[in-house]
Amino acid sequence: MLKATNKTGLVFFPAFDWAIDPTHPEREERLLYTQDQVTEEGVFDINEILEYKPEIVKAQDIRRAHFCVPDEKTIATESHLISAGGAKAIADAVLNKEVKNGFALVRPPGHHSMRVSHGGRGFCHINIEAIMVEYIRSQFGVKKIAVVDTDCHHGDGSNDIFWHDPDILFISLHQDGRTMYPGSGFPGELGGPNAKGSNLNIPLPPGTSTEGYLYVIKNCVLPVLEEFKPDLIVNSAGQDNHYTDPLTNMNFSAQGYAKLTSLLKPDIAVLEGGYSIEGALPYVNLGIILAMAGLDYSGVIEPDFNPEALKQSVSITDKIKKTTDLVNSYWHQKEELRQQSGIHGDFQVRHREIFYDTDNIFEQQKEKIRICRDCGGSFEIDSKATPGHHILAVHIPINACSECIDAGYKFFESADKNKFEKVFLQDRTKDTYEIK
Amino acid sequence: MIIGIDVGGTNTDAVLLSNNSIEKKVKVSTDSADLFHTVLACFTNLLDGINPEEIKRIVISTTLTTNAIVQQNMNPVGMIVSAGPGIDPTNFKTGEHYYCVTGSINHRGREKAPVNKMQIEDIAKKMKKDGIEYVGVVSKFCVRNPSHEILIKRILNKFFKKVFLGHHVSGNLNFPRRIATTHLNAAVFSLHKSFFEAVQQSLKEKGITAPIQILKADGGTMSLESSLSFPGQTVLSGPAASILGAIPYAPEKQDAIVLDIGGTTSDIAFLVDKAPLLEPVGIRRGQYKSLIRSLLTDSKGIGGDSTVRVKDKEWIIGPDRQGPAMAFGGSEPTPTDALVVLGLMNEGDQENAKKGIHKIAQEMNLPDAEAADQIFKKCCSIILKKTFEMIDKLNSKPVYTVHEFLEGYKISPRKILLLGGPALYFAKKIEELYHIETVAVPESSVANAIGAALARTTCEVSLNADTEQGIVTAHEEDFAEPISKTYSDDDLMEAAYTLLKEKAMNSGADPDNLDEVEVVEFQKFNIVRNFSPRGKIFRTKMQLKPGLIKGFEDVLQ
Repeated sequence: MLKATNKTGLVFFPAFDWAIDPTHPEREERLLYTQDQVTEEGVFDINEILEYKPEIVKAQDIRRAHFCVPDEKTIATESHLISAGGAKAIADAVLNKEVKNGFALVRPPGHHSMRVSHGGRGFCHINIEAIMVEYIRSQFGVKKIAVVDTDCHHGDGSNDIFWHDPDILFISLHQDGRTMYPGSGFPGELGGPNAKGSNLNIPLPPGTSTEGYLYVIKNCVLPVLEEFKPDLIVNSAGQDNHYTDPLTNMNFSAQGYAKLTSLLKPDIAVLEGGYSIEGALPYVNLGIILAMAGLDYSGVIEPDFNPEALKQSVSITDKIKKTTDLVNSYWHQKEELRQQSGIHGDFQVRHREIFYDTDNIFEQQKEKIRICRDCGGSFEIDSKATPGHHILAVHIPINACSECIDAGYKFFESADKNKFEKVFLQDRTKDTYEIK
Repeated sequence: MIIGIDVGGTNTDAVLLSNNSIEKKVKVSTDSADLFHTVLACFTNLLDGINPEEIKRIVISTTLTTNAIVQQNMNPVGMIVSAGPGIDPTNFKTGEHYYCVTGSINHRGREKAPVNKMQIEDIAKKMKKDGIEYVGVVSKFCVRNPSHEILIKRILNKFFKKVFLGHHVSGNLNFPRRIATTHLNAAVFSLHKSFFEAVQQSLKEKGITAPIQILKADGGTMSLESSLSFPGQTVLSGPAASILGAIPYAPEKQDAIVLDIGGTTSDIAFLVDKAPLLEPVGIRRGQYKSLIRSLLTDSKGIGGDSTVRVKDKEWIIGPDRQGPAMAFGGSEPTPTDALVVLGLMNEGDQENAKKGIHKIAQEMNLPDAEAADQIFKKCCSIILKKTFEMIDKLNSKPVYTVHEFLEGYKISPRKILLLGGPALYFAKKIEELYHIETVAVPESSVANAIGAALARTTCEVSLNADTEQGIVTAHEEDFAEPISKTYSDDDLMEAAYTLLKEKAMNSGADPDNLDEVEVVEFQKFNIVRNFSPRGKIFRTKMQLKPGLIKGFEDVLQ
C-alpha cells in the first residue's frame, strides 16, 4: 500500500462550467484530463492526501491585495472567487497544521492581475496567490513569505503587488520577455526603492529544458531562499514550460516539475497557467502532487517523452548561467541598491502604462511612494483606464511605520474628490478598506 | 408471496410476505461455518404449510463473501496489470501471483504502448504451473479503451477456468480500486457459485421455481446468473438490507437519518426523499477500497452490548464488546444494563444488570439510577456525534463546478429512523436530547429481512461520447458505437437509458419497477486544439435508484 511521507492537502476546482469564451485556452476542458489521470491513479485514496473543498472569497479578502475598479463584483466572476477561495482553503489547512503542505489545483489563474485591477489581463482578473498571501499575513501573522513563480509567463501581476514589499520575496522564472507575453520580467526589475532585491526576475531563453530550470533552482532560487529564510514558501505553479505547451517555447518535463517541487519544497503550490491540457497537465499535476506528498514520482513520464530531443543547447546553458550570475549579484547588492534608490522620507514618482489584453483596456498610472528605511512605504496610485474609470488608490503596508501611516492618510485626505471617480484607502495595518 | 433472508454475523432473519402482511418471521442463529444450513433452516421454517408455487420472489443477503475476506478463505488468483505512466503498480499488489506487464492506454483511451503477447503467454504458463485457475486482468484507463484487456483475455482463455476483466467492474476511474475489485470477484467466484447453486438446487427440491435474487451492497438485487461475474458485489449487503427496511417510514421530499443500533456497532446511513445515499466511488472499509457500488454507511463501535468503563471520572463506552449484557449472562456492564436499571427494559436478569451498574456507579460516586441515566445519554451522544460528523463531511464534499458550489445540495435531516434490538428505548431519549423527530421502525427486528425481500433491481451505466474520435462507449456493458460530429446530449441520454433498461432486465428486474431512473452525472466539454473546435466530449452516468418494489406498500401499514 502507498504511504506518503507528507500529509498533503489538495483543492481540486476545475470549474467545469466556466470559460473566458468557448475556444479560449482558459476553458471548461482545461483540467478534464488532469482530473481523469489523478482519479484513475487513485490519488484521493492515499491516506495522507486530503481533499479540501474550496471556499469562496469575499470582497474583504480581495481588498487586501487589490483595488478593483469600479468594484469587486464587476471585476471577478464567481469562478474567480472560488478559485481564490481554493488557494485560501489550502492556506488554512497548511497554517492550521492539518497538513504539511498543499496544492490548489484551481482555475482560472491570477498571476497577471496587478494591485489595481480594471479587468482581465493574461486570462487573470484577480490575483489568487496575492489574495492568499495577504490573507495569511492578516489571519496568521506570518511575516516573511517567498513567492516563487514558475509559470512560463512573467508573473507581472504578483510582481506588481509585491513590488514595494521587503517582507515578500518574489522570484519569477519565465520565458524571456522579448519572446513572450507580457514582455516584462528582466533581471534589472528588482522592486521599488524600499524593496530593491526582494523581487528577482530570471528570464530564460526559449528552448530551456529540465537541465536549465533545475540549474536556476539549485544555483539561484535555493541559495536566495536559504538567505532570506522565509516563514512560508508559495509556488505559483504554472505548467506552461512544458515541451508540449501550445503558447510557449520551452522544453520542461513532468519529471522536471516533480524534481523542481521536491527541491523547492513549497508549503503551498497554486496552479497558474498551462495549456497543453492532454499532453502535459495530467502528468505534470500528478508529478507535483506525488512530489509534495513525498511519494515516488519516477514513473510519471509523458508517453511521448524523448529526453534526447529535448536536450538544451550549449549556448542556452551559457545564457542561463550568465543570467543566474547577474541575478545573484543583484541579490547580494540589495542593501546598497536600496540605499542608492532614494533618501528616507522623500517621495518618488513612477509613471506606467498597462495593457489589459484579455479585456482590451489601456491603463495609465502615476504612482507616488514615500521612501522609507523602516517599512515598505505608503503609496498612492493615480490610475486612469480607457475605457474605464479614473481613480486614486492609497496603500498603507501591513507593517507600516507611523510616518508612513500618516503619509498614507494624508494621501487619502488630500485627494481631490472632483478629480477622481473614486478614492480608495487600503490600510493593511488595520486591515481596513475605505472608499470616498 | 415473497421471501427475504438476511444472513447476519450473529443472527439470520427471514420473512415471508404476502401483498398485505407479514405472514411469517423467523430468527435463527447464524452458523458461520455452514451458512448453507442456516439459509436452508430459514426456508424450511418459512415454507412450513405454504404452497411453494405461491412463492414468486426470493431475495437473499449473505455474509458469505464478507466472511471469506475476513477469514482469508479465498481462491488464489493470478493478476495481470498494465499501467503505463504514473504510480508504480506494484504498490497495489494483491498477492503472490501479481504481474505487471507492458502496454499503456492514456486518459483519452489512445494506445501509447502495445501489449507484448509473448510476455503474457509466459506469465500464463507460469501461473498455470503454479495451479492458478482464476485470473484478473486490469489495464489503466481500460474504462476508456478495454482493447488491451480483451487481447490479454484471448491469450489467457485456453489456460484458465475464468478470466475477469477490469473494465466490466465499473465505469468509474480508479485503477487501484479496480485491481482490488477485479481480484475480489475472481477470488470469491467459486465459493459464491457453489453456495448459490446448492441453495437453488435445494429450493428446486422443495418445489420452488421462483428465481433467486441476491442482494448487493448498493441495496439492489441481481439474478444469480448476473451475480456470477461480480460476486464481490454481495459483500456488505447486510447494512443495505437494514437501510431499505427503514425506507417505508422515511419522510417524502425530506432527508432522514437511519441508525441501526446493534450489539457491537451502530450503522449510520441517510435517506434523501426515501432514496438511500450511495458511496461516491465504492465500498470503503478501513484500508480496503473498491469500486463496488454501495450504499453510504459508516459504522461506529458502540451498541447495546458495548463495555462500559470509568476512566478519569469519565464514562467510556465501547468500542469493544466483551459478550452479552450482564442482564443476559455477560460479565461486564453495558448500555443495555443501564436500560434495565432505568426500568425501560423488562427483559433479562434485572439483578445481574443492577449489580453491574452498581459497581461502576460507585467508581463515579453516583446513585445507580443517575449513573444509568448518564451512561444512556452518553451512548446516545456518541452515536449522534458520529452521525453529525458524517453529515458535515458529506456537506463539505468537494465539487467541481461553479454551479454545484453555489447551488449544491446540503443534507439536513428532519427525522431519525431507528433499527435494531434496543431501537425502541433509544428513540424517546434521542428525541428528548436532540429535538429531532425520532421513531423506532416497526418490526424493527426483522426490518432488514423485509428490506431484502422488497429490494428492487438497481444498476448504473456510464457512457462516454467523444465526437472527435467519433465513438460512444460504455465499456462496462461491452458497448461501443460509431457516432457522427452532430451527436448531441439527447442522443447520449437515449443511448444511456436503453443500456440501463437492458442491463436491469438482464439482472432480473421486473419491468414494472424500471421507472426510478436518475441521471447521476452529466458533463459536456468542447474539445479545442489550436483555437479551433474539434468536437465534443459528453459523459453521463445513469442509474436505477435503490428502493422498494411496488405493490407491497400495504404490508407495513
